[in-house]
Amino acid sequence: MPVTTLADRQIHVNDEGFLTDPAEWDEELAATLASQIGITLTEAHWNILRFLRQDYASQGQTPTLRRVATVGGVPIKELFALFPQKPAKKMAYIAGLPKPQGCV
Amino acid sequence: MTITESAPIVPRFDEQGSGRKLAIICSKGTLDMAYPGLILANAALGEGIETHLFFTFWGFEIINKKTMADLKFTLLGNPATHLPQGLGGLPWMTSMATAKLKKSIADLGVPEVPEFLEQIVASGGHLWACRMSADLNHLTKADLYDEVEDIISAADFIDKTDGAQLLFI
Repeated sequence: MPVTTLADRQIHVNDEGFLTDPAEWDEELAATLASQIGITLTEAHWNILRFLRQDYASQGQTPTLRRVATVGGVPIKELFALFPQKPAKKMAYIAGLPKPQGCV
Repeated sequence: MTITESAPIVPRFDEQGSGRKLAIICSKGTLDMAYPGLILANAALGEGIETHLFFTFWGFEIINKKTMADLKFTLLGNPATHLPQGLGGLPWMTSMATAKLKKSIADLGVPEVPEFLEQIVASGGHLWACRMSADLNHLTKADLYDEVEDIISAADFIDKTDGAQLLFI
């Protein structure tokens, strides 16, 4: 399992760069992860990231786009606008969570 | 074993799949055959792939306002259910099988067809209806799901999806 250095600390990641231990994540790291993939976090991003963290903690898996839309209450269009091209993966990456497993 | 990398490991989201294009032809009108196209379209859109769906022949059921929420699943002609085919011919069996499949799909958090199309469009997907199928069934754009962009000929669809990977379902 690779270890990488971001925001002046060592974090455990998988081959793609996703955190493997969600406990190593905090909000400061999120800002660094976001900037690595060209995203500047705004309050709208934070609302979604907080939902992801909280949903992961209670469900044990990363919510899919559909779940973020239906349970988190953020329209799909907005998710694509905030996290362009690959919203589900980008959100999970910044939130320090694994890629979502669900198909829909 | 732990490998310590000096350069940060960061996913290369924007390099993967950029410029990729997918065309899905939906030609079937049963509940079980509507979902594969919708699920794959949705997955492709989530990966940033430009996605076009072309509804043709029985696939029109998926975008016809009158039928889109009422697609059915039958045991008949489908030995993969592992039930006696004679059972499928009983009058109430198709509605029962449909209700059961719909429930299983809903339990997975997967939306019904109209809502799924809405999600695909919100994700940037393009819906097209086949000209010949519209003419055959005497349907106009007013009969179709509002987000269908246009009724176009097969040639136009081929033209629009130049360079795309193609799925026929």
